[in-house]
Amino acid sequence: MNREFAIEARGLTKRFGDLVAVSQLDLDVPRGQIYGFLGPNGSGKSTTIRMLCGLLMPSDGKAVVLDTEVPGDARHLKPRIGYMTQKFSLFGDMTVFENLQFIADIYSYPRRERGERIEELLERYNLRDQRKQLAGTMSGGQKQRLALACAVLHRPELLLLDEPTSAVDPQSRRDFWAALFRLAEAGTTILVSTHYMDEAERCHRLAILDHGVKVADGTPSELKANTGMHVVEVIADDPYHAQVVIAKVPEVASVTQLGVRLRVLIPDTHNDPTGTVDSALRGAGLDAQARLSSATLEDVFVAVTLEPQRQAA
Amino acid sequence: MKSLSRIFAILLKEVRQLRRDRLTFGMVVGLPVMQMLLFGYAINTDVRNLKTAVADQANTHLSRQFVAEMAQSQVVDIVASVDSPRQLETLLRDGSISIGIHIPHDFDRRIVDRTRAASHLLVDGSDPTILGVANQLRVMPFGFDAGGTASAAPQVIEVRPYYNPERRTPVNIVPGLMGVILTMTMILFTAVAIVRERERGNLELLINTPVSSAELMIGKVVPYILIGMLQLALILAVGRLLFDVPVRGSVVDLYLAAFAFIAANLALGLFISTAARTQFQAMQMTVFILLPSILLSGFMFPFEGMPLVAQWLGEILPNTHFIRLTRGIMLREASIGELYRDVGYLLGFALVAMTGAALRFTKRLD
Repeated sequence: MNREFAIEARGLTKRFGDLVAVSQLDLDVPRGQIYGFLGPNGSGKSTTIRMLCGLLMPSDGKAVVLDTEVPGDARHLKPRIGYMTQKFSLFGDMTVFENLQFIADIYSYPRRERGERIEELLERYNLRDQRKQLAGTMSGGQKQRLALACAVLHRPELLLLDEPTSAVDPQSRRDFWAALFRLAEAGTTILVSTHYMDEAERCHRLAILDHGVKVADGTPSELKANTGMHVVEVIADDPYHAQVVIAKVPEVASVTQLGVRLRVLIPDTHNDPTGTVDSALRGAGLDAQARLSSATLEDVFVAVTLEPQRQAA
Repeated sequence: MKSLSRIFAILLKEVRQLRRDRLTFGMVVGLPVMQMLLFGYAINTDVRNLKTAVADQANTHLSRQFVAEMAQSQVVDIVASVDSPRQLETLLRDGSISIGIHIPHDFDRRIVDRTRAASHLLVDGSDPTILGVANQLRVMPFGFDAGGTASAAPQVIEVRPYYNPERRTPVNIVPGLMGVILTMTMILFTAVAIVRERERGNLELLINTPVSSAELMIGKVVPYILIGMLQLALILAVGRLLFDVPVRGSVVDLYLAAFAFIAANLALGLFISTAARTQFQAMQMTVFILLPSILLSGFMFPFEGMPLVAQWLGEILPNTHFIRLTRGIMLREASIGELYRDVGYLLGFALVAMTGAALRFTKRLD
C-alpha cells in the first residue's frame, strides 16, 4: 500500500477523435493534501478528473488511485471516492433532506448512524433551514454546499471536485474553502480544479494545465520561486500607452495590466530588467516608475502558458 | 443486503420524483380513462343504417318482400329508389349511398335457380368495414316462400356469433385496448427514465456511486410495475361500469398475464432509454413501437387476416401476445395455463430486454 500518494498517474492521455484533451499527464497527489488543478476552460481539468474516477476510459496511460489500478475494476474504489460534478447533479425535484437520505442509502451508510450523520452535515454546511426545500429552487451557494455535503457524506478518503466554486459568490467561496481545509485536516485527500488564482494559492500543491498538457507543478511558493522570469512592476499615469511601448521591447516576454499597474515579465537570463523597462519608457517620454517585484501565481500562470507560444515563434 | 438497500434507494427516489411530477402523475390516471372513453364511445364497428338505394327492376311481390327484409335488418337504410343499375353506380360514386341493391327483371326465376345470383349488391369497397357488412348481407337468410311453393329460401350459411352475441364493439375492443394503453404508458415512462437523468446531469453523479447497472434498472422498474397494475384496475373498472365488459375468466390470471406484459414493456422502455441520447429521441422510438402495437397486434385487424410478413412482425410485439391473453381470459374464460405460450414469450421478452438494457448501460460517459 502506498502511504505517500493517493493518486499516481503516468502518461494519462485522452483523445476525443482528433482532439487531444489530455496529453501524457504525470501526476503525484500526496495523501491528506489539497491538490489544485489550475487552467483555463478546455485545458483538460474535467477530463482528467473523470478519468481518475473511472467515468472516462483513458486512451493511453494509467493511474493508481487509492492503490487501485485505473482503468480497472472500479467497484471497490467507488465507495472510497467522493465526486462533486461541475454542473449541479443532485435531484432538483427532491428536498435537501431527501437528497442526503438518498446518498446515504446508495452508499449503504450504517442505518443507526444515518440520521445523526445527516443532521451533522446539515449543521456543518449551514443547510438546516433548507431541509425541506426542493434542491432545484436553492441559490448557487446553497446548491454547492448540498453537493459538497453529499460528496462527503460517506466519509471518502479521496474527494474529487470539478470546478466547485464556478457558480457561487465570493463569500460562499471563502466558506467553501474553509470547509475543504477542515476535511484535509481530518485526513481527506482533495483534488480540486479551478480557474481562480486565489483558490490555487490556497492549495498545498498544484498543477497548471494548458491545452491538455501539464506545464508546471509544485507548491505555490516553489512555482513562484521558479518562474525563470524577472517580474517588473510599472506604475504609470498612462498605463495603456506604457503597455504598448513596453511590449515592443524585444527582451519582454509579456505585459499584463492590473489597474494602474503593469506586470512585466522578462526572462531571468537578462541582467538589468528595471533598467531596460525604464529606458524604454523614458525614450517614449512617459512618466512612470519601474521596480522589481516578486512573482505572484498569476505571473507564474502567464509565464508557463507563454512557453509553447514563444517556442513556436 | 447492501444491494437491496441500493435498489430501495433508487425505488424511493423514483416514487418521490413521480409524486412531484404532476404531468406524469396525471398520465397514470388520465391516459387510460381518456383512451377508454375515446375508443369505447367514438370508435364503433357495429355498422348500422348504411345509406342504400334500390333498383328493383322486377318489382314483383317477392322482390318487394326481399327489399323489406333487408330494410328490417337495420343494417341498410333505404334512402332512394331508382330505375337502373347505372343510376346506382352514379349514387355510389358521388358518395350519397354506400350500398346499391340491384334486383334484375327475372328475380323470381333466379331465386329458384341456384346457379345464378338472384340479386346484386353494389358496394363501396373503399371502406373495408362496409365490405365486410355486405359480405354478411350476402349470406343473410331470407324466410320467404318462393312463388307460393313451399321450397325453402336459399339459406347458405347461418352466422352465429359466439362470445359476443350482441356484437358490441366495446367487448371486443376493451381487452385489446388494455394492451395498447399499457404499451403506451409503460414504455414511455421508462424510455425517458435514464435519458432524463442523463440530460439533467444526475447520471454523472449516479454512476460515481456504488450502485450497479442492474440495481439501477430494477429500482427504476419496480414502481412502474405497481403503476401498471393500478392502470389495469382502472381500465377494468371503467370497462365494467361504462361498457359492461365482462371478465369471464379468473381475475388473478388476468393480473398474472398483465404482470408479464408490464415487465416486458418496462424492460423494452429501459432498453430504449439506453439507446436514446435525448428525451425527444426516446419519445420518437416509443411511437415507433406503439404504432405497430396498435396496427399489427390483432387489436385493429384480425391477426390471421394479415399478410404473413406482418404476422411475423406482430409475433415479436408483446402486445400481440397480451391481446391473445386478455381476449382468452376475459371473453373465452381460458385459464393462464392454457395460454402458457404467450405468457412464456412475454417473460422471456422481459428478461432479454432487461439484460440488454443492463449490458448496454455502461457506467461511463464515453
